[in-house]
Formats: sequence, C-alpha cells, structure tokens
Amino acid sequence: MIAELGLAALWIASALAVLQLVGGVLAQKQGGSEMAKLVRPAAITQGLLAAFAFLMLLWLFAITDLSVKLVATNSHSAKPLIFKLSGAWGNHEGSMLLWITVMAMAGGLIALVERRLPEKTMMATLAAQAFVGIGFYAFLLLSSNPFERLPQPAVEGMGLNPLLQDIGLAFHPPTLYFGYVGLSVAFSFAVGALMTRKVGPDFARAMRPWVLGAWVFLTLGITAGSYWAYYELGWGGWWFWDPVENASLMPWLAATALLHSVSVLAARDALRAWTIMLGVVAFSMSMLGTFLVRSGILTSVHAFAVDPERGSFILFLLALYIGGALLLFALRAGTVTEGERFSVTSREGALVFNNVMLSAILGIVLLGTLYPLLTEAFDVRVSVGPPYFNPVGAIFTVPMLIVMTIGPMLRWRGDSFDRIKFPAAIVASIMLAVLALVLVLGSYGILPVLGLAIAIGLGVASFLPLRGRKLTRVPIATWGMIMAHFGIAVALFGMASETAFSEEKLAAVSVGDATDVGPWTVVLGSVEPVAGPNWTAIEGRLQASYDGSEPILLNPQSRNFWAPPQETTESTLATRWNGQLYAVIGNQASDGRWQLRLWWKPFVTLIWYGGILVALGGVLAIIGRVRGDLKRRYVRARSDQRREDAAAL
Amino acid sequence: MSNFRLWIPLGLFALFLGVAAYQLTQPKDEFVVSTMIGKPIPDFALRPSHPDRPGLTINDLTDGKPKLLNIWASWCLPCIAEAPHLETLKRQGAEIVGVAIRDRPEDVARFLARHGNPYSKIGADDLSEVQLSIGSSGVPETFVIDGNGVIQHQHIGDVRAEHVPILLRELAEAGQ
Amino acid sequence: MKKLVFALMLLCGSVGVSFAQQTLPPAPLAYQQLEDPAQERAAQALMETLRCLKCQSQSIADSDAPMAGDMRHQVRSRIAAGEEPEAIRAWLVERYGDYVSYAPTVSETTWPLFAVPLLLLLVAGLILWRRLRAKS
Repeated sequence: MIAELGLAALWIASALAVLQLVGGVLAQKQGGSEMAKLVRPAAITQGLLAAFAFLMLLWLFAITDLSVKLVATNSHSAKPLIFKLSGAWGNHEGSMLLWITVMAMAGGLIALVERRLPEKTMMATLAAQAFVGIGFYAFLLLSSNPFERLPQPAVEGMGLNPLLQDIGLAFHPPTLYFGYVGLSVAFSFAVGALMTRKVGPDFARAMRPWVLGAWVFLTLGITAGSYWAYYELGWGGWWFWDPVENASLMPWLAATALLHSVSVLAARDALRAWTIMLGVVAFSMSMLGTFLVRSGILTSVHAFAVDPERGSFILFLLALYIGGALLLFALRAGTVTEGERFSVTSREGALVFNNVMLSAILGIVLLGTLYPLLTEAFDVRVSVGPPYFNPVGAIFTVPMLIVMTIGPMLRWRGDSFDRIKFPAAIVASIMLAVLALVLVLGSYGILPVLGLAIAIGLGVASFLPLRGRKLTRVPIATWGMIMAHFGIAVALFGMASETAFSEEKLAAVSVGDATDVGPWTVVLGSVEPVAGPNWTAIEGRLQASYDGSEPILLNPQSRNFWAPPQETTESTLATRWNGQLYAVIGNQASDGRWQLRLWWKPFVTLIWYGGILVALGGVLAIIGRVRGDLKRRYVRARSDQRREDAAAL
Repeated sequence: MSNFRLWIPLGLFALFLGVAAYQLTQPKDEFVVSTMIGKPIPDFALRPSHPDRPGLTINDLTDGKPKLLNIWASWCLPCIAEAPHLETLKRQGAEIVGVAIRDRPEDVARFLARHGNPYSKIGADDLSEVQLSIGSSGVPETFVIDGNGVIQHQHIGDVRAEHVPILLRELAEAGQ
Repeated sequence: MKKLVFALMLLCGSVGVSFAQQTLPPAPLAYQQLEDPAQERAAQALMETLRCLKCQSQSIADSDAPMAGDMRHQVRSRIAAGEEPEAIRAWLVERYGDYVSYAPTVSETTWPLFAVPLLLLLVAGLILWRRLRAKS
C-alpha cells in the first residue's frame, strides 16, 4: 500500500513535470498564456509529491517491509533504525529517488520564492528544470523502480553488511546530493537565460543564493568525505584523486568559479557569457559524476553496483541535457551582448584571472579522470594519480592563490596597483619569510613548501579587505568572503603541513615494549580480545605520551566479522591542537610481536576545519545577500508605494 | 567570443560521448595483462612445495621442451574449478609445472590430495617473487613457456573447458 | 581499510575470483621500515606512486592486500640493496606496463596528459591577454 502510494506519487509528479515543461515552453511563444499560470503550481506540487514519495520509501525502510525488493536486498530487521533509514539512499534506486526529490523540491522552491526574474525567463527556467527532471523520472520509473515488489516477501533482508553501517558513510551522500542537484537550479537558470537572452545583474542576483547554497553543501560533503576516508582507510590519507572523489570535486570547482562569476555579473554586469557557461558546466559535472559512478566504466574504490545498461541510459540523458545545453550555448551565447568594461587592475580583472585558473584546474582534473577511459578504448591501460594531479594542478593553483591574496582588495572597474602596494608588499614579504624559514629548517618537497608559504600569506591577506573600515559596518556578505578565503588558507596549511611534516612508524612490538614516532612515545600495554554484536576483535591498549606528558589511552582494533567474513581495522586518533597521532594495530607475527602502525600528523585537522570555515563563509554570504535582497525589495516596494500615494494626491 | 570557439565545448563533449558509448559496449575486464609476453623468463629458483615433487628453477624451463606454467594457490577457489581441466591438459601430453603462491606445504599437499596433482614440479613462491617477475597479477594464471624459457602466451583466470584446445594449440606453436 | 576490503569484495565479485584466507604471514619488509631513514623515505616515496594490482584504485603504500605487501617487500629490499627508485619502477613497468605506475611519463600513450595542460596554459594566457588588454 505504502509502496504503491509512493510509486503513484512519482508518476503524478512526472506528469506534472511534463505539464511544467509544456507550460513553460508555451509561455515563451504566447506570453502570459493560460498554461503559464499552471507552471508555478505544477512545480510546487511536483516538489511536494516527490518529497512524499521519498518519505514513503523511508517509511518502508523504517518498518523493514520485506515485500519490497529494495528493502529486502538492502536492509535487515536487526539494523539500528538510523542505518535502516540511511539504507534507503545507500543503494542505486534509493539514491536516484533522492536525486529526483531534491531536484523537484528545488524546482518547487524556485517557483515559490523567486520574484526577481522577468516572467518569461522564469517560465523558461522552470521548463528547463522540468525537462531535466523528466529524463530522470523516466530513468527511475522505467529502469530503477525503488518501489518494486517481490512476488513473495523475503524472509529476511540481505543488507547487514557492517561496512555500510557507519554514521559518516550514511550522511555523506545526502549532503553531496543537495550540492550536486542544487546546481541543477543554476543549470536551469542558465538555460532559461539563453532561451530568453536576458542576462544581467537581476539574473545574477536571482541565481546567486542558489549557487551559494549548492556550493555550501558540496563543500561540506567533500570535507566530510575526506575526513571519513582518512579515519576509515587505516593509512592516514585524506585525498587519493580517485575517480569518484574527482566526480565530487569537479562540480565544486565549477561552482566556485560560477560563484565568483555571478558576483561580477551582479555587481558590474560583466562576464555574461562566462557565467552562463559555468552554470551549464557545473551541473554537467554533477551528471557526469553520476554517470561515472553508476556505469562501472571507471575503476574506483567507490563503485556502486554497476550496470552497463543503466550506464547507457544515463549516458543518453547526458547526451540530451549536456549536449542540448551546449548546443543552445553555441547558438545563442554569441548574441548575449557584452557587458561593462573594466581594466586589468580591478576586482573584475582579478576575478577573470580566478575564473580562468579554476576552469583550467577543472579541465586538468577532468582530463586526468577520463584519460584512462580514453586509453582503454585503444586497449591500453594507464594509471593517473596523485603524482600527476598534484604538480600539474599546482601550475594553475599557485598563481590563483597568489592573486587571491590581493584580489579582494581591488576596487571594481578600475584600480591602481599603487593604492594597494603597501598591503601587497606585506603579504609578499610574509610569504617569502615563511618560504625562507621552511627551506632553512629542512628539505621538503617544493609543493608543500609553497603551500605553507602561500597559506600563511593568504591567511593574513584574507583580513586585509577590512583595513580602514569600521568593523560593525562591514556587510555580512563581505565577512562571508573573508571567512571563506581564510578557510581556504587554513585548509591549505593543514594539507601542506601534513605532507611535509608527517612522520610514520611501522613497528613490531611485544607487550610492554615502547616505540616512538615524532614527539610521541607509545607503549603497548596489552592486547585483549573483545567482541561486538557481529564481530570479534583484538584490541591493543596503547599508552601514548606526548613529549613525556601524561599518557593518553588509545584502543585500536583489528576486527573480524563473521557474516559475511571480513577483516577490518579500526584506527584510533589522539588529537592535540598541533596535530593528530594516528594508531592502527595489525596482525601478530610468528614471534608474538604485534604490528603497530603509527603516524604523527602535525596540523592535519586544519584541513577539515578549513573546509568547515569555507562552508560557514558561504552561509554568511547567503545570509548577507538574502538580507540585502529583501531590504532592497522592501525599499523598492516602499518607494513604489510612496510614488503611488503621491500620484493619487 | 568568436563564433567557432563557442562550439568547442560541444565538440569536446561529443568526443567524450563517443568514447563512453563505445566503452559501455565493451566487456569490462579488470585484468592486468603481463607485458613479458615474448620475453625470456627471468632467472629464479624455488624450493619444493610438495614432498612428491621437485622444486622449480629456471633450468627446468630452458630444457628444450615447451611447458605450461600454472600460477595457483590452495587458498584460491577457482583453482579447484580448473583442476579437472589441468588434468585434461596433462592427459593430452602437456607438461604442467606449478608455482604455489604464499602457501604452506601442508596446505599444498591437502589441496592436491583432494583435487589431483597435474604438476611435474611445484615451486613455493612465498613472497610472490616469481609471480611479480613474470608480470602475473593474480591467481590462477597459466603461461605457455617455450623450450628456451621465452614466455609465449598468458591465460588469465581459471582454465575452462573451452580454453583447453587453445592452450594446447599455443603449446604446440611454442614447440616450433 | 573498510573501503579496501569492500573494494576487494567487489573486485572479487566482478572477476569471479574469491579467496579463502591466506595462511602465510606478510613478507618481511611489507610492514617493516628500512633502518636508514633516507632509504625509507625514498622507498615510501616510490611506493606511493606504484599501483596495487589487486585493488580497485590504491597505491601499494595504502593497501593491506598480500600482493601489495609483497611488492613493498620488493621495493624495500631493492632500495636497501642500493638500487635506484627509478630502476625499480622501470622493472615493474617492464612487467605490467604503465598501469602499475602512477608517475606520469611522457610516452606515445600518455603525451596528451602533458600536451593538454600546456595548451590550457596557452589558452589561459591568451584569454587573459585579450580580455584584460582590450578592456583597459
């Protein structure tokens, strides 16, 4: 009953999407037609129905309705409720339903709150959103039905895989999905603008909060994913340039460029074509990511249950949407008239530089990720990994970060380097000083050394736009920018520090022995067997003492699950203000000694604190912009009212 | 932006579509093929892994007679499936030498007692050294080595009924 | 580790190969660092750029697979014996092809990986030159 309700809701929602598409398109031709009046309500209702369908799926998982195929294959009556619920989206069909739901709700939200766009553009935008939605509805309903029933209800579910019962793993997908699919709004805005050729500051101001929102979610999702990998994989790495990681980074890069481009368009009515292009590219990267992950076409640790048939369907959708949007761009972008002029030394100039660099980095990540796919078509297998991405990406990242230190200080339209040469000199000397210091202290790789110097320089430079201003008068959105840029500096410092200063110790120790790593001394107190609900483990009781201070207790485990039989390691971390001790216990050697893997990672936590700061900066920016927008609307409404009153007199 | 430049993104995307569409039609193979085919097998000497069979050294592969080199292990389940087919190959006149990867002698003995012993010699490769030196990346794999110790053919995965004639043919060609 | 085991399961599932537990202990130098810190650093740097052949997408420095351990043993023992890291890499590439190495080398199959960034650099320079000059 519930499953059928959910399925029915989906069908009706998809029908509404068709209505929304038709209405939106017709509204272009006749302008203010009857159909146009239906478009907004259709979008809102579609969002509600999709949300309803998703709630039904959650309900089915919560009660473990084993007559539904998806529940029977992915859940288990003995799972804790939280994992039952997160199991709803931890599979192909459920996550596609989540994708559709977020898309429909985003469309509904635009229809509900967006007032700044001219009516025709709004209709075109909603039509574009519906057009993309229809493809995914078709995919869901025709080939990945989450509500499919089994002929006989299963006796018990198959989804008790302990590896998938982890809080971080459970909530990482929805955060990313809000980000990926949130970018569909930017895509629809861009397509709508191409249809009606109305690109300007109003359009940019309308699009900006949506881009910011999606971007914040993506930032959080990527940061969380990186921390989860660091914690779980047992080797202390936090980014591997794995294809699925790149699939989340590429939309983020595009969204960051879009974010900055939209600001230029909003403030100065420049970079029109570029903004449109980035709007299309950002969501295209999201869709590309979904394709790469679900088609099995690339080798990755993240691969879901892969199915080339599904891959073909998604590829067709990609061809339709990305191809369609790029075709529209090629045909129409030339007629999007040029915007205002600006000089080299101006904020626009710096942002153009920023955009070009970000786009280049995106291009490199895209190339590196897809390259093995390309060569496999010629029966050659190559591996592209960190030794490629890091240095080649740095070619563009380093100049971009350096310009980022002085860009925010430049004025719009035209500025002189003279005006900012004093703060610029300060930043430059800080960076050179750090560079010299690190080079003197020891020999490290060129990239981490540059990273440290730039991070500190950028960290200081982020606050320089505040100079000469009354702090209480600084707009919230500006605080957002400062915090986000500072967050980048913090994260960069963490990355560089971890790369340069990490120390590793692999030791075989007997009980009672001590070993040391960095400033830590670690004693293996004892090794005890412990048991959990579906596992047994050997647990090392370590006493770790930093520089001779009070020992901390750490209990890393090596776990054995029996159904299905698997072995995992549970690492433990000791966090200080200046870094983390990472401990893993391995197997016992024939002489009775235990394998210990220890790392001292200075300032590694700054990587993820930095990411959170960046996201917070985005949130502040949204608040600032929305407030500013509401204020502007209120002021305009008041002045319109006053004008009416004056005219009436 | 001049006109043709606007078409570049679409062009690049079309290229990607083509490659992706083509790749989707290809069967996905996770195998890493050895690049030592056609090259001589590097020098090695492995101690015996089974009391009834001598160990394996380079000299056993350069004695003029082509052989099948089977990389296997007692902990490898598809090796059980391929055991009868190895017997078939042996009956058809192929000489099979085995390299047991990371296996204790007692486990080797137990496996061979249960599933048959088609090997004329078995070397114990506890550190996967020989496996690495010939470019094998998993178990089971079967190589055709000619009389001069040159690797002529690699078969990845377990040997099935349909592979038996192929291996016999490769072995015969290696004999020329 | 979880992901690795999960990935191993997937890999096993997809090629129809499955494993009972191996009984031999890891290779001596699989989990043991070299005495000389400089040599260990060189070994570690090399291992981070060599691909684990039985994993979905990991370096041998990041993998608990037994074969990865054996490869680490090879790397460490050869470095301890005085071999150059690049010679060890060449030795592996001779056996498995470019797939086993993450380090980018310019060859007839990988030249676009280097040509494209160069092209991007030129295009970026061109865009910046034109846009910023024209708008002065």
